[in-house]
Amino acid sequence: MNAKLKETLLNPIFKGNPITVLVLGICSALAVTVTMKGALVMMLSVTVVSAVSSLILSILRNTIPSRVRIIVQLVVVSMMVILVDQVLRSFEATYAIDKQLSVYIGLIITNCIVMGRIEAFALGNKPWPSFLDGLANGLGYGLILLTVAFFRELLGSGTLFGVDILGRLGYVPNNLVILPPMALILLGCIVWIQRSIQKDLQEK
Amino acid sequence: MEYISLFVKSIFVDNMIFAYFLGMCSYLAVSKNVKTASGLGAAVVFVLLCTLPINYGINKFLANNPFGVDLTFLSFILFIAVIAAFTQLVEMIVEKFAPSLYGSLGIFLPLIAVNCAILGGSLFMQQRDFGNVGEAAVYALGSGIGWFLAIVTLAAIREKLQYSNVSPALKGIGITFITVGLMSIAFMTFMGITI
Repeated sequence: MNAKLKETLLNPIFKGNPITVLVLGICSALAVTVTMKGALVMMLSVTVVSAVSSLILSILRNTIPSRVRIIVQLVVVSMMVILVDQVLRSFEATYAIDKQLSVYIGLIITNCIVMGRIEAFALGNKPWPSFLDGLANGLGYGLILLTVAFFRELLGSGTLFGVDILGRLGYVPNNLVILPPMALILLGCIVWIQRSIQKDLQEK
Repeated sequence: MEYISLFVKSIFVDNMIFAYFLGMCSYLAVSKNVKTASGLGAAVVFVLLCTLPINYGINKFLANNPFGVDLTFLSFILFIAVIAAFTQLVEMIVEKFAPSLYGSLGIFLPLIAVNCAILGGSLFMQQRDFGNVGEAAVYALGSGIGWFLAIVTLAAIREKLQYSNVSPALKGIGITFITVGLMSIAFMTFMGITI
């Protein structure tokens, strides 16, 4: 793998993270981070949708007239989301996936990460780098999701992946962390930490 | 009476931004000044109000369609098609009749099509299974106004925030996240109110 592809793959995970740096795809990032399991399912779904739709649209990039490209993108992305949703539905009972997640799976269609990367990268690059870009952005998104979910589940329910951890030590779950506001404040703190390390990202 | 309670509930208790984080991307990006923010907010209210009843009809048709096959899996793609078509229409109207607003909204007008709040409204409508089209329309109006209020309030706060001395690493998006979090805590006071 040459250096440029490696850069494509690694950049979105930390330095150009879609959530903390590009500020895309916040909606679902905050809503599904109550439990680690929800965050993991969401991460996998977004990664699959983003990687495969980037690949498909990159293959089609020379045949799509630019006037109708948004519609074409929406059709391809929603087709992928329908497939993911159907797969998840078939596992819903087996793995007890939260019903609420279904709405947010549908919302991957309008997830700015998927659309943003297609617009900014896949329409101007060859299929293989586009696939990697979609994959890496999905993973970078997932990394933030899992970090937020880790703190919210650990402090909010005292568990991780449903396994009791802090409860055994006599920790009383803090209900505030489960409520929506804490997700935003945690995300603010993550941005704060990242920008303290990478000074070049700071806004003037 | 039921309509009024649904209306108030969708503005305050089930606020699109503070309870479900829908439409966050444009919410954060366009909330730098009040004028642009209220323009986008009004566009969102309008598009929600027009698309939700249409999508309600589509959803009902897919659930009891004459072909005898369960077609509900098509709802995502049909919802987004209705929304994209409607946004295109709004864009053309605004460009024709309010060019200055069109100039300031710029790229964000087409992005209403990919605003999670619009599709989210339709998906929540599907999940909550409203009894009739009136309820769907009232829900759309209420959640649109909730979104409008949220974006205008944040824009007003951010205008003032420019003059405050924020730690450099937190400046910009970091402090905005925390501000929205604190606003969300304020909105939490409406939780548990039964109207």
